[in-house]
Amino acid sequence: MGKKRRPRLAVWKFASCDGCQLSLLDCEDELLAVADRVEIAYFLEASRATMKGPYDLSLVEGSITTPQDAERIRKVRKASRVLVTIGACATAGGIQALRNFKDVKEFVSIVYARPDYIETLETSTPISDHVPVDFELRGCPINKRQLLEVIQAYLVGRRPNTPSESVCLECKRRGNVCVMVARGTACLGPVTHAGCGAICPSYDRGCYGCFGPMETPNTASLSREWAHLGATDPEIQRVFRGVNAYADAFRKESEAHGK
Amino acid sequence: MANRKIKVDYLARVEGEGGLLVKIKNDRVVDVQLRIFEPPRFFEAFLQGRDCSEAPDITARICGICPVAYQMSAVHAMENAFGVEVDGPLRALRRMIYCGEWIESHALHVALLHAPDFLGYPDALRMAKDHPGIVERALGIKKAGNEIIALLGGREVHPINVRIGGFYKVPTKRALGPLAETLKRAREAAIENVRWTGELPFPEFEQDYEFVALRHPWEYPMNEGRLVSNRGLTIAVRDFENAFVEEQVPHSHALHSRFANRDGAYLVGPLARYNLNHDRLSPVAREAARTAGLASVCRNPFRSIVVRSVEILYACDEALRLIGEYEMPDRPAVEVRPIAGTGCACTEAPRGILYHRYRLDDRGVIQEAKIVPPTSQNQKVIENDLRQFVQAHIDLPEEMLGLRCEQTIRNYDPCISCATHFLKLKYERD
Repeated sequence: MGKKRRPRLAVWKFASCDGCQLSLLDCEDELLAVADRVEIAYFLEASRATMKGPYDLSLVEGSITTPQDAERIRKVRKASRVLVTIGACATAGGIQALRNFKDVKEFVSIVYARPDYIETLETSTPISDHVPVDFELRGCPINKRQLLEVIQAYLVGRRPNTPSESVCLECKRRGNVCVMVARGTACLGPVTHAGCGAICPSYDRGCYGCFGPMETPNTASLSREWAHLGATDPEIQRVFRGVNAYADAFRKESEAHGK
Repeated sequence: MANRKIKVDYLARVEGEGGLLVKIKNDRVVDVQLRIFEPPRFFEAFLQGRDCSEAPDITARICGICPVAYQMSAVHAMENAFGVEVDGPLRALRRMIYCGEWIESHALHVALLHAPDFLGYPDALRMAKDHPGIVERALGIKKAGNEIIALLGGREVHPINVRIGGFYKVPTKRALGPLAETLKRAREAAIENVRWTGELPFPEFEQDYEFVALRHPWEYPMNEGRLVSNRGLTIAVRDFENAFVEEQVPHSHALHSRFANRDGAYLVGPLARYNLNHDRLSPVAREAARTAGLASVCRNPFRSIVVRSVEILYACDEALRLIGEYEMPDRPAVEVRPIAGTGCACTEAPRGILYHRYRLDDRGVIQEAKIVPPTSQNQKVIENDLRQFVQAHIDLPEEMLGLRCEQTIRNYDPCISCATHFLKLKYERD
């Protein structure tokens, strides 16, 4: 102990709600152990002590919405050996990517008492649109068990084990009655990436897609099923336009049901 | 030495991105700016056109630290618009989940964000090397708060179980049994935690604030009440926008709140709640406050760490009371039918009053949304405190003064992510 340098962990924030970095502080039983294993070199929400890079593992929360942040993420990438995005904002642009569907001409003027205002980009985009990303951890918010798995995996130099199957499989394993089949509740579970543990169906509501699209989702088929249940095009569109609205598969499906 | 600048580029141990600039000329503070440069996310803009039922889940995403507060203000505002009242066990469950959030959010701030300032550490992880018991105790309390949210809400951050009219699913009485055991232990730990914070070294710093909080006929306020102040303000929540207005300042992406028809800043949050509702605390919380040296009115913002600790204790105690009285309702939510109109609500987020207003059409589609989070309301007070504090301690060495300025800001547990979600956009309509 003490002779070998501990791996340096950095946590970065872009446009976000802070909830995913909070998930690390929510690991109440493991936090102090994690802090022993890694050197927390940059984590402003937790510490005012910061170290210069390079960093062994950077966790990135939030999406890119300003020219300054587009510049900053490049610096973060340069200083990081491994860069992992945490959460729907960093991985798919987040809820704030709903702006991407608006025609910017609609934003005629920004009401300000003073004109000296920071520039905002027209879109909210995921980190991978700007720099290479080593691993994307899904969720809005991320699952803290999965976060610990990611940190652990990179500490020993392996790929994290976070299944890319659908929420349906988690739901079956929990022994839930299918909310869509039994009750006709619209549920994004069949096309949504696993990881939450099928929380929504366990609480008698339909999944709303916090973890984004699973691998090769059949969104068109799911939409047809909802239409059979009586959902209108605007309703179907709205369900796909949630916290992962700008994730490719969800974006395309939402665009198939109106502008 | 006469002219100098205190500048903190990136404030640490706050939620979100902000900085600080204090300008001193001839030993006088001439300018103070709490700079908020968190990128705006335009929530009010994209809430337009969404269904009312989506508001709790969408607005939760404004803040990962206090999502329950957003969900509570959203559902109460919608119910206000639709003329629905939720009472009995469903109302109690809402109060219980709010207790969870107060505990979780306050414990995070007390131990991990604020305490290191008093004991001279850059963070709680390094503080834990010398004071492991204190940090572990607080993490245990925090975990108990998160357990309430996870049980009633499905998960700690962005819970999924809150809806207009109640919940998607309610727990059985039996399911709350293990939680009660956890909370009893947390309550004991919370008593110790109050005692410990009472012994921290506090700078002499009292200000003559106007405190604003909710006040309820018999409860310590969470989801309901009138808006009152120590200078005679007493209004219904629907008059919020007549009493308070927002204005833009060049150095902040968050609008500043102030009184509409008079000068002066106002303070929201634990200090305001405590000072205006001391008589509504439970006996155990009141007693702990007294033994920690808190009078029934506290004007020293540095002591907010003690007040937060008292509120943690109260929330543990209150959640236990609610569990004790709980009987499972026969349905998880009351039926709600959208009608066209406007609804508003104000609830007590951990950091203070959080106001929501929605205008809805007859199908329940949101036409307009307005959200006023606590941190934007506290910005003026924070800047006033900084001005006063720096002026009174102008002789402190640069680094020490800078540290104290950061502590002065952290007294308010500012949530910059919350404060900045709402740059106003004007839409052109055809």
